[in-house]
Amino acid sequence: MVTTMLAVARISPSRVGAVINRNVGALRSGPSYWLVLLSGFFEPVLYLFSIGVGVGALVGDLVLPGGRTVEYAVFVAPAMLAVSAMSGALAETTFNFFFKMKYSKTFEAILATPVKPFEIAVGELAWALVRSTVYTGAFLVVMVVMGLTSPGWALAALPATLLVGLAFGAVGMAISTLMRGWQDFDMLTTGQFALFLFSGTFSPVQDYPAAFEVAVAVTPLFHAVELVRGLAIGELSWGLLGHAAYLVVMAVAGLAFAARRIQRTLCV
Amino acid sequence: MSKQPLQSLIHARGLVKRFGDFTAVDGIDLDVAPGEAFGFLGPNGAGKSSTMRMIGCVSMPTAGELRILGMDPVRDGSRIRARLGVCPQLDNLDPDLNVRENLTTYARYFGLSRAEARRRAEELLDFVQLRDRAASQVEPLSGGMKRRLTIARALVNEPELVLLDEPTTGLDPQARHLLWERLFRLKQQGTTLVLTTHYMDEAEQLCDRLVVMDGGRIAAEGSPRSLIETYSTPEVVELRFPDEADYAGKLEGIGRVDPLPDRILLYADDGDAAVAEVHRRGLTPSSVLVRRSSLEDVFLHLTGRTLVD
Repeated sequence: MVTTMLAVARISPSRVGAVINRNVGALRSGPSYWLVLLSGFFEPVLYLFSIGVGVGALVGDLVLPGGRTVEYAVFVAPAMLAVSAMSGALAETTFNFFFKMKYSKTFEAILATPVKPFEIAVGELAWALVRSTVYTGAFLVVMVVMGLTSPGWALAALPATLLVGLAFGAVGMAISTLMRGWQDFDMLTTGQFALFLFSGTFSPVQDYPAAFEVAVAVTPLFHAVELVRGLAIGELSWGLLGHAAYLVVMAVAGLAFAARRIQRTLCV
Repeated sequence: MSKQPLQSLIHARGLVKRFGDFTAVDGIDLDVAPGEAFGFLGPNGAGKSSTMRMIGCVSMPTAGELRILGMDPVRDGSRIRARLGVCPQLDNLDPDLNVRENLTTYARYFGLSRAEARRRAEELLDFVQLRDRAASQVEPLSGGMKRRLTIARALVNEPELVLLDEPTTGLDPQARHLLWERLFRLKQQGTTLVLTTHYMDEAEQLCDRLVVMDGGRIAAEGSPRSLIETYSTPEVVELRFPDEADYAGKLEGIGRVDPLPDRILLYADDGDAAVAEVHRRGLTPSSVLVRRSSLEDVFLHLTGRTLVD
């Protein structure tokens, strides 16, 4: 912890900027990146339409724990917003990060310069946050246009989605440093999909069996969904701070672990 | 043997690098002076790359003393790396960037401004003769071009000390000569070069001074010429015989005899005289080659085996 704090103190904004600048430069490498970027955005949007709106027509209205009654799509949309924040950040810090660390040796090349492992981790996380924010910004516009939230609550939810991006980006990066090869990503994808289905995304967790509800409450996307939903639909409570705290811990621990692993793996 | 410590860009005493139970570098002493071209010669696994990574401040010494540019790599790694240029053994150019962007992006890691990065990239594209390919992606480049780009990238921060790990391994002769010529120009401009190689001709071409490494230790140190003078004779006769009989014994007394699987080396001050003596003894080798002694002979003498990987 002390070493992490020292690393934060000595971090150079210009070197972190250079790491981000590299990823901006890579945007020009060809259309493939943009295709991936676009498909990543549309995935939660498609779920919003098919399940939130489509299945929602069958489900009807939903009574929230607080007693308020909302359309099913209003309930599902913030969850999809949290999911797009998660998947935008994860896409960068898992697949792209892993490729740069293991295959293209990009980080190895960078570490021969004054840039330090911690600065690479921070730069990569910042870049993941950019992608995550592009997703969530566009998604919030869709929500406002569809009347699923108000512009004011949309603005309130935006910082929450940033925190979600940071938390998942950091943990994804930490996991990537442990990956042995592409086959390990299958497990990650499966895990991500399980979180997507069961984190109070499509039905309130209170409807689950009690033991299952407790299990869900330990997993990260649940906290992301609760925090983002509370703000997007204007249901504020002190509990939101608890969810935010969970995500802050994820972000800090993930970042510190990833930086350490970069050092351990590449500086030997 | 060593220069004044204060004038050393690289100063090592008893430098050790261990990976678990394996000792890659086993207590070496080094001093490299400014402006020098210094080489590590040795087979794969001799500890050259491990030493280079420690000098490059990406790998920390397990034991011993190491000062680079007068600083401590453990404490000042980032500050030292700011003044180094590193050309790694395997090209790690950025596949998502084109040739020019590989240089400008790399310059930014050293804190150079966008404008300065562009200026240096243009200069270096000319220096390594890649101007025509500036907008090309990295992947389609030939091995020699990639190497030149990696070297250009290593120079983007105008380093005082350039580390080259096997700069020409795997390149064709034309590409090697072009690279040597560029490296020689760098040396003339006063840049200190440290390189590893397992090519004797490369060491002879480029290095003012070199160490022969074997099994993590330094087996010998000196200029290419002095090493040859110390550990070999001015000339070497290479003899091949049509059959497997023991010719080594029959050559005794002419000079030092070194039987290799496919030929016999005869170390002599005067090669032609040695050949005359071979014939006088009634021996009829199928081929005879008299040549000047090279670093290969030094290596053979020091380690008892040929320099192959």
